[in-house]
Amino acid sequence: RPCPADEVFIPPKFCDNRIVSSKYTVWNFLPKNLFEQFRRIANFYFLIIFLVQVIVDTPTSPVTSGLPLFFVITVTAIKQGYEDWLRHKADNEVNKYRVTVLEDGRRIQKESEKIKVGDVLEVEEDETFPCDLILLQSSRDDGTCFVTTASLDGESNHKTHYTVPDTERDVESLNATIECEQPQPDLYKFVGRMHIYKNNEEPSLRSLGPENLLLKGATLKNTQSICGVAVYTGMETKMALNYQGKSQKRSVVEKSINAFLLVYLCILVSKALVCTTLKYVWQSKPGQDEPWYNEKTLKEKETNLYLNMFTDFLSFMVLFNFIIPVSMYVTVEMQKFLGSFFISWDKDFFDSEIEEGALVNTSDLNEELGQVEYVFTDKTGTLTQNNMEFIECCIDGHQYKYRDASSEVDGFCVTDGPVNTVQQKAGREREELFLRALCLCHTVQVKEGFIASSPDEIALVQGAMRYGFTFLGLESKTMKILNRTNDVEMYELLHVLNFDPVRRRMSVIVRSISGETLLFCKGADSSIFPRVKQEEVETIRMHVERNATDGYRTLCVAYKHLTAEEYDQVDSGLREARLALQDREEKLMAVYNQVETGMNLIGATAVEDRLQEEAAETMEALQGAGIKVWVLTGDKMETAKSTCYACRLFKRNTELLELTVRTLESPGKRREDRLHDLLLEYHKKTVQDAPPAKTRVASQDYGFIVDGATLSMVLNSSSENNLHDYKDLFLQICQNCTSVLCCRMAPLQKAQIVKMVKNSKGSPITLSIGDGANDVSMILEAHVGIGIKGKEGRQAVRNSDYAIPKLKHLKKLLLGHGHLYYVRIAHLVQYFFYKNLCFILPQFLYQFFCGCSQQPLYDAAYLTMYNICFTSMPILAYSLFEQHISLEMLLENATLYRQIGKNAMLRWGPFLYWTLLGVFHGLVFFFGVWFLFSNPALQDNGQAFGNWSYGTIVFTILVFTVTLKLALDTRHWTWINHFVIWGSLAFYVFFSFFWGGVIWPFLRQQRLYFVFANMLSSVSAWLVIIVLILLSLLPEILYVVLRKPRGPYARQKLVQSSAGGIQSPRSSARPLLMRTFSDESNTVS
Amino acid sequence: MMASSYSAKDEDGHITVSGPGGGTLRNKKPENTAFKQQRLPAWQPILTAGTVLPAFFIIGLIFIPIGIGLYVTSNNIKEFEIDYTGDDASSPCYNCAKNFSWNNTKSCTCTIPFQLDQPYESNVFMYYGLSNFYQNHRRYVKSRDDSQLNGNIDSLKKPSKECEPYASIDNKPIAPCGAIANSMFNDTLKLFYNDPNGTSVPIPLTSTGIAWWTDKHVKFRNPVGTNSNLTAVFQGTMKPVNWHRPVYELDTDPENNGFINEDFIVWMRTAALPTFRKLYRIIQKKNNMAPTLPRGNYTLVVDYNYPVRSFEGRKRMILSTISWMGGKNPFLGIAYITVGSVCFFLGVVLLVIHHKYGNRNNSANISN
Repeated sequence: RPCPADEVFIPPKFCDNRIVSSKYTVWNFLPKNLFEQFRRIANFYFLIIFLVQVIVDTPTSPVTSGLPLFFVITVTAIKQGYEDWLRHKADNEVNKYRVTVLEDGRRIQKESEKIKVGDVLEVEEDETFPCDLILLQSSRDDGTCFVTTASLDGESNHKTHYTVPDTERDVESLNATIECEQPQPDLYKFVGRMHIYKNNEEPSLRSLGPENLLLKGATLKNTQSICGVAVYTGMETKMALNYQGKSQKRSVVEKSINAFLLVYLCILVSKALVCTTLKYVWQSKPGQDEPWYNEKTLKEKETNLYLNMFTDFLSFMVLFNFIIPVSMYVTVEMQKFLGSFFISWDKDFFDSEIEEGALVNTSDLNEELGQVEYVFTDKTGTLTQNNMEFIECCIDGHQYKYRDASSEVDGFCVTDGPVNTVQQKAGREREELFLRALCLCHTVQVKEGFIASSPDEIALVQGAMRYGFTFLGLESKTMKILNRTNDVEMYELLHVLNFDPVRRRMSVIVRSISGETLLFCKGADSSIFPRVKQEEVETIRMHVERNATDGYRTLCVAYKHLTAEEYDQVDSGLREARLALQDREEKLMAVYNQVETGMNLIGATAVEDRLQEEAAETMEALQGAGIKVWVLTGDKMETAKSTCYACRLFKRNTELLELTVRTLESPGKRREDRLHDLLLEYHKKTVQDAPPAKTRVASQDYGFIVDGATLSMVLNSSSENNLHDYKDLFLQICQNCTSVLCCRMAPLQKAQIVKMVKNSKGSPITLSIGDGANDVSMILEAHVGIGIKGKEGRQAVRNSDYAIPKLKHLKKLLLGHGHLYYVRIAHLVQYFFYKNLCFILPQFLYQFFCGCSQQPLYDAAYLTMYNICFTSMPILAYSLFEQHISLEMLLENATLYRQIGKNAMLRWGPFLYWTLLGVFHGLVFFFGVWFLFSNPALQDNGQAFGNWSYGTIVFTILVFTVTLKLALDTRHWTWINHFVIWGSLAFYVFFSFFWGGVIWPFLRQQRLYFVFANMLSSVSAWLVIIVLILLSLLPEILYVVLRKPRGPYARQKLVQSSAGGIQSPRSSARPLLMRTFSDESNTVS
Repeated sequence: MMASSYSAKDEDGHITVSGPGGGTLRNKKPENTAFKQQRLPAWQPILTAGTVLPAFFIIGLIFIPIGIGLYVTSNNIKEFEIDYTGDDASSPCYNCAKNFSWNNTKSCTCTIPFQLDQPYESNVFMYYGLSNFYQNHRRYVKSRDDSQLNGNIDSLKKPSKECEPYASIDNKPIAPCGAIANSMFNDTLKLFYNDPNGTSVPIPLTSTGIAWWTDKHVKFRNPVGTNSNLTAVFQGTMKPVNWHRPVYELDTDPENNGFINEDFIVWMRTAALPTFRKLYRIIQKKNNMAPTLPRGNYTLVVDYNYPVRSFEGRKRMILSTISWMGGKNPFLGIAYITVGSVCFFLGVVLLVIHHKYGNRNNSANISN
């Protein structure tokens, strides 16, 4: 394939087609994995402690901290190793896949990894593409092929891709070069061009777009085979580029953990400092440092005093290091991982329509679901079903309403058009033009029904069908329409001016049989009206606005005759722009805008997008839970507003504050001034005049409406000095309104809003929910991103943290699961710190009685096992199964969600409570036993107990108390809780007998030999254990009794109260849309 | 093809668990099991004033009698204590304490007369008590070789490093090694009853049964050599520096000699606190009629070998009877009475609150 060298830029080297998603090889696994694990601060801390234990002569053997660390590291390494092995396997499967390469006219089988850029490959039906290919030849006649990208973006519909023109015929003799942009991860963008050289002619140029590019990972469907040339290989393919993970979101609980850790680290260091100081104070007294019975070794005597102090400090650190437990991290991770299964297991999230349940993409954010303060929701497909139904249309200002009761449209059945049933009619010609426009101006494919990327289009095509015009399909650039007289009309499709959310319209240019060139355009009224002849607008505008108020989605349809010259100009303009390598989008846009002017408005359509099931109930529940709901939509204000009313986000008594282009227009004032005035006025109303928070109950509800244009004025008026004020004012107004509606938003603006709220004062937790590609930005931006498994593809789901089939599931996800997860993990965290505080405090106190010599109170086995075995399982079970309030209760009473808002259980107050409790327990354990040991002769045969008995008694009380404390907190005792709690205690007893019952050959000292058994033979020990456990739990029991009742007991009360009329009775059978609005009257404008 | 659910986000060595699922869960209806739906049957205890009140009263009612019983039991235990440290000139042991030297081969003896006001009816337990003696100092606690004490010949010849600096002298191993063994309490305490008729009757002291049975029979064992003679087995080892006699001469009774000498075993069980007592001898009750120690005058004869003045320690001799709860200790009784009373008191308070405010409590705090 020789080509003129001066015309192409050949990069020195393309990467091969080897996909490496694995991180490790056999050789570097250990060092690399260990390195990565120890980069984590907690692991590193424990490693340091371990090393200190190895190097310095510390009271506890390195095993005590080495074993848990080893366990954690090993488990993680095994898990990561296993995952990497899976990746290797998958990689190999891909890399060793046999592909057919056409080389010198022959077919050669190659392994996939050996493909080089420029190789021409042949792919058969149902095979996946081994790299990104430019489609050269298809076995189908029309130069197309169908692919599904299910494994890339989850969209399972068949997409049509086109061969590069002129390459179709003779791939063998094709001589061409391809220029294309640098690899980029966007699946839907590709820019390139192809120079085709033919027998010394001028090279012809072809533009390449995403429609020519077959992506690695996609599957060929309904096409026998294709040939394509590899353009991106290996790690440069779009699929590989898309592996780069999302940025990791951290939950607020994790931040709390880190704050608490810091506190405990301070406690740890100060304890060690106190002990070190005391040790040297104590030693300075004569005869204490080195009495005759306890001499130092020569080495110890010779060591430098300051070095000694330092090693002593380290030793104390080691002795008390259990206060920051390794196991907490493991338990938290396990809890999150295992807990997240409950979401995907929940049958309530299963949607029988799409045969799917909820999907958990990350388990790091479970508890964040219980902390949400702001919900940002998309409208179309999220609040509404995105299940469009053609309701009516208006042609030349005449209303056409379809009046068939059974409005279900199925198949190709042609019903009598409404044209005859409406008295006032536009001219037949206009009607047909309108319907033809509907039939032609779209990108619908016909395949066992209609397939399109947007359900609006299907609704429109189906609507046209109802009126007698049936779209039969597109075959090799010819669109066929069956018209009312059952004749097939043919139109040559010349260009499609694609829809995009910025232009908010799309057009097609077609040529009819008679040679007329027509442009049909449909789009949002705001984008059409300025582009049509103004005298036509008014009659239609009225209809459009009325329809929009009714909650319908409206589209305006316009057309334009193109003369031959005009068309040629457009055609060349489009071709040129499509060939541009840089700024292709902008150039295309310019041409589009140029051609879509001076059109004739024919009419408008109204499509109903019905509300999602239980949308209103869900929104009401969210608001009841104190969550502020913001609707961010690209839709029109009127439509969006009516949806808000229908969803009961705005209620009858809600006073609407509007900040839109409309309200900004006021005679004699600059828009900026008007904006300034309005902002101040609203601010006064909502913030300054608002009654203090306590008496909020009776205050006025405000709803705030803002549109994209005004929002960008607020956010981007950077030239003005008071920019900051505007943003602040705006935010304050928004925060004081119960609901906010942002309409006409571009996707990026959605993310901007989320970001603004996220970074506002108090950094509230935000949640974004959406179903479409335009919601991805806000899903990624928010703390928690929820994807709806809707009709607009899978991008939202792929980028979300959790995906649910329907909006209604959000209620259970937040109020039920989120609430429980938060309570569980918050309790887990607090409990962990508490139990380690009262574990280590006696050990600290003991230093005062052993000459601050770092003598551990507990045996090494107990030190090691405490967190791993004796006390870890009950709290794990608690944090998985606890339902302090039953799920039904949580769902019934949304207000319960407010109780845990603002991280209520992990603030400093509760933390202080737990810490004090831990201190109290530690003091009780230690001094209770201390008093007992004032006479160590505790056995009935007069024999005395030693220091290990002391430690064992304290430890026994400790284990029982912390376990029983958890038992007291447990409100939901499943058999697992019973098993684990009583099992842990039994295991402790069993282990102690076992550990003390054998002379262990590998131990240097048999410290615990029969200590436990002897302890149990002493009545005094029993008595002291019982009384101290009870004394420790007494405050807890009191607290439980005296605090506000919860659980089933509270349920009775709530039921009583709701019967008393606090909660308004719900009417479940309200009409989907409230058609009677009084919004105009109470809109401030 | 490559599953697209691999999350490449555990770069930081973080144990990240990408949630369950990926594509595997698709098209599969979640099972409707109680476990998966979080509907496991559960017992939901509610602690309210109503349920806890009786518990408080019951605890109070149980604990207060137990406490009284314990207190009375503890009070009935007779205990007598003599401090024979000899740090002040009036003390009989003053000279012994003052003239103490490690080089004295002959032990210094002092006699302390004392009087028991009450007869001691049951078995009497004789303890020695030390104060300000840090047996729980880390360096001290670990300075032992349990393997050597368990009769391991290798450890006998080559004691553990932990025993330093009491592991060997002149490259000869010390048996038993370590600071604990080295500092074994070696005062000899003897009791004489001064009969009203003037004769001084020695009271028989039993030196067995003072150590834990398991220690004596399992944990501590004499090394077994080629012959059963202890002296031969310990050949080649040195006695601890501060001992007067080697370990195989601790007692004449072969069952109480060497490592299994009970005085030694008792000492080797390190005390929990710097002030402690250890069981020294048992005075067995002879017959049912006479008290073990009748009222009267006694003499304590001490072979003063154990210096405590250097670290300001104190030495005591304690005679005590024993109850089922051990030695005299009023703490348990007081603790039980206190906790019981507190429970009872709380019960009353709660009852009052419950009655007075209970109804209001029921209607308030609902929807905030």
